[in-house]
Amino acid sequence: MSAAHEQGAGHGHGHDHGHDHGGEAHGTMRDYVWGFVLSVILTAIPFWLVMAGPIADKSVTGLIITAFAAIQIVVHMIFFLHMNARAEGGWNMLALIFTIVIVVIVLTGSLWVMYHLNANMMPQSHQMDSLP
Amino acid sequence: MSIAPAAAAVTDADLTARYYDLDEHDHPEGGSTMLGFWIYLMSDLLIFAMLFATFGVLGANYAAGPGPRDLFDLPLVALNTSMLLFSSITYGFAMLAMQKGVVRQTQLWLVITGLFGAAFLGIELYEFAHLIHEGATPQRSAFLSAFFTLVGTHGLHVTFGLIWLVVLLVQVEQRGLIPANRRRLMCLSLFWHFLDVVWIGVFTFVYLMGMLR
Amino acid sequence: MTSQDQHWSMLFGRLSLESLPLHEPIIVATFAAVALGGAALVGALTWFRLWGYLWREWFTSVDHKKIGIMYMVLGLVMFLRGFADAVMMRIQQAIAFNGSEGYLNSHHYDQVFTAHGVIMIFFVAMPFVTGLMNYVVPLQIGARDVSFPFLNNFSFWMTTAGAVLVMASLFVGEFAQTGWLAYPPLSGIAYSPGVGVDYYIWALQIAGVGTTLSGINLIATIVKMRAPGMTMMRMPVFTWTSLCTNVLIVASFPVLTAVLALLSLDRYVGTNFFTNDFGGSPMMYVNLIWIWGHPEVYILILPIFGVFSEVTATFCGKRLFGYSSMVYATVVITILSYLVWLHHFFTMGSGASVNSFFGITTMVISIPTGAKLFNWLFTMYRARIRFDLPMMWTVAFMLTFVIGGMTGVLLAVPPADFVLHNSLFLIAHFHNVIIGGVVFGVFAAINYWWPKAFGFRLDPFWGKISFWCWVVGFWLAFTPLYVMGLMGVTRRLRVFDDPSLQIWFVIAAIGAGLIACGIAAMLIQYAVSIIRRDQLRDESGDPWNGRTLEWATSSPPPNYNFAFTPVVHDLDAWDEMKRAGAPRPAGNFRAIHMPKNTGAGIILAGISTVCGFALIWHIWWLAGVSLAALLITAIAHTFNYARDFHIPAETVAETEAERARQLAALKGAAA
Repeated sequence: MSAAHEQGAGHGHGHDHGHDHGGEAHGTMRDYVWGFVLSVILTAIPFWLVMAGPIADKSVTGLIITAFAAIQIVVHMIFFLHMNARAEGGWNMLALIFTIVIVVIVLTGSLWVMYHLNANMMPQSHQMDSLP
Repeated sequence: MSIAPAAAAVTDADLTARYYDLDEHDHPEGGSTMLGFWIYLMSDLLIFAMLFATFGVLGANYAAGPGPRDLFDLPLVALNTSMLLFSSITYGFAMLAMQKGVVRQTQLWLVITGLFGAAFLGIELYEFAHLIHEGATPQRSAFLSAFFTLVGTHGLHVTFGLIWLVVLLVQVEQRGLIPANRRRLMCLSLFWHFLDVVWIGVFTFVYLMGMLR
Repeated sequence: MTSQDQHWSMLFGRLSLESLPLHEPIIVATFAAVALGGAALVGALTWFRLWGYLWREWFTSVDHKKIGIMYMVLGLVMFLRGFADAVMMRIQQAIAFNGSEGYLNSHHYDQVFTAHGVIMIFFVAMPFVTGLMNYVVPLQIGARDVSFPFLNNFSFWMTTAGAVLVMASLFVGEFAQTGWLAYPPLSGIAYSPGVGVDYYIWALQIAGVGTTLSGINLIATIVKMRAPGMTMMRMPVFTWTSLCTNVLIVASFPVLTAVLALLSLDRYVGTNFFTNDFGGSPMMYVNLIWIWGHPEVYILILPIFGVFSEVTATFCGKRLFGYSSMVYATVVITILSYLVWLHHFFTMGSGASVNSFFGITTMVISIPTGAKLFNWLFTMYRARIRFDLPMMWTVAFMLTFVIGGMTGVLLAVPPADFVLHNSLFLIAHFHNVIIGGVVFGVFAAINYWWPKAFGFRLDPFWGKISFWCWVVGFWLAFTPLYVMGLMGVTRRLRVFDDPSLQIWFVIAAIGAGLIACGIAAMLIQYAVSIIRRDQLRDESGDPWNGRTLEWATSSPPPNYNFAFTPVVHDLDAWDEMKRAGAPRPAGNFRAIHMPKNTGAGIILAGISTVCGFALIWHIWWLAGVSLAALLITAIAHTFNYARDFHIPAETVAETEAERARQLAALKGAAA
């Protein structure tokens, strides 16, 4: 078909010899040090928030540490796992995005479904904790 | 078998060259390995997702037993987390040494990574032993079942990572940093950093959120 | 417990002489037959000195074609076992009226229906589908093998190891009596203290390792090893559906692994995930296992949709109608299949909001499926259709599957499902889509690709007898189930009180008998074709005037598949090559880089079988030893760096010259 298609085909094939080295991004010292410093900060703050409890509202604290976790995961992905849109012709990223979609579906889905089940079928469930 | 007669200007040889890759070289060995290993990690991520989902659903069912506030020791968890973080950057240094092609330095950083990993495992085992000693066994409640299974599965992965690391140390010693060994080191690197990412989820949603309950 | 007992249980765990079902005449007779047949087989193999050949050329082979064929053989063998279970159920239900207990006691009957489901899904449908993908995909994308050939061999043997454990449960101990998904609390240790559920767990866990790895392998193969010029939108539809299937495998089998691991923790360690007390939730198991279970349905049917697409295009002699919509429909189904799992348990009681969401997503999924059906119909529209066996199966599929699909949409309506849940209507529905879809599709595929795999066609006469017995038998067997389902008869019943139902079960049993004739005709078809292979020989390598690359090479293909990798310029690559009349390369052959055979796969799977057996019977020392052996063998395998070799250029040149002579002779004969 188009020339662009012809060119894109090279990616599908293991033909480009360089890709053994070119396909994966390698880290540099700067990457690793940045990643480390950032993750230390991003770990320390949530621990401090929970251990020292500067914010009275627990749900706010919960939201904040969730956000920190999300940011830290992204930091690890970029600086330690060297994720980018180019590695393996974008397939790594695609696989990751697909997996995250599935993970979100099964996690939220399970919680939603089971919450409703408990709400509908076990109205006393909050009292169950105190039963032996 | 030809259906349309080829145009006169196009010779058979041209056609053959158009439809067959006459100048083919061997596929680079292991060209699919990194992608394949990444896909494996994605499948592993789903196992953890299910364990997180189970913890999410059952994590508040204490069955009148101890809850997170009675059990978790956050300074210990912080120490444990730092062990994993240190091991992450030291593995990074091992990879940098590998890129430079320095065998000894690579091995040295790998050993250090392994020590941090072992320290992590040691602390986790200590924590487990302590909980069980206090009667907070995996059998005590659904919360504890889910807790031990999620954290234990992560620990089991670290254990396999350690075994793999030792094997690679031997193989690097035997054959040096040949392409096959580099590939294996890169796979273990992905595995190790992946476990780090999972641990972020564990300390946030199990330990920290647990203490907020 | 006496000290002698203690020694015994230390050595053999729960295993004892009583574990052998010597008091069950049916099983003893089966065992005698299997033992005699097995002894005859072993004797024949020894007599003809075939063990060495089998070991070198098949068991240790990393050739995707041979592994594909072995998967098909495994599927066929297990199919006979699974079908025997089905016949037993049909007979039991046809006679257990008017106070008769039938001929199966409940202990036995419950195992039969559980084993039937487990075997048909995990050890029949899965091996068939995986075998087809293994055989066809690398050929269709112009590759010489899969990305990880050793892993492929290992995956096959792990699947076989699971099958071996299921078969062992027939003669040593018992199988689960819980239904094919082993819902707790029934499958928990309190209500199923025997070894049945443990057989179930470890058979599926071991086979699951193989399935997941084979999924990873095929994804990497499709992504990385396509011939030059084959962009994603030039991949044959079967390759596309295989890609989506393997994505589903990799993204769902870990879920099954996790769920079964939690169930085994409940059983072995005494945790409380799915128990009734200490905060456990049995419904969480149901929720989790269907997160795997629904994608599994599409794992089975998607590649079969691919088969029908290939067959329709080939036998209509034209390009598939709506190729890109077919691809998009497949991708949409892949994602939607993760959004519908709750429709398997609407009656759980999650309430209206949850049920409506999952009801609607379920109905939505019928849209892309319908689009596919229209694509096939429009491909057939005004085509010169050749009604060979693969096409006959395809038409039978369309007619049958549409009914199954519509009853499925009916079940997707939550209020209707509350009436029909767990009824025979459901049983009829999913057999309608699985037999009418997967099984018919596998038969279409076998008839279609058999000439490629073996170099001769299948005999059409016996094939047509099998076809008509199957199609008529299917409707005879399952229409009564629809009817009784609507009347409220539930599944898995062993005896009946209402004598007016008997006639329906008798009709269903006759249908099963007709299907048995279909299976017999199919086996005769294979035998007759092998005997008459010289008359049925196809030397062209392209007996159906195919359109995709697997037909570009000889039948059976050389172990390197293609001496020179084809370059793809169009969707139906081989069709275009034929039109252009591109001559095959005649010289300048190069040495071809190939993977070496290895016995590591079968050895690792063998140790896994032992380990599984030990865990099932609580033989802890053996479990420990075999686990250690597994680890050590796996590590030892990584020390083997010499995993490839080159086929010398002269060998390639000889093979190709032979092939050129064959084609020239064929051309001469035609002229």
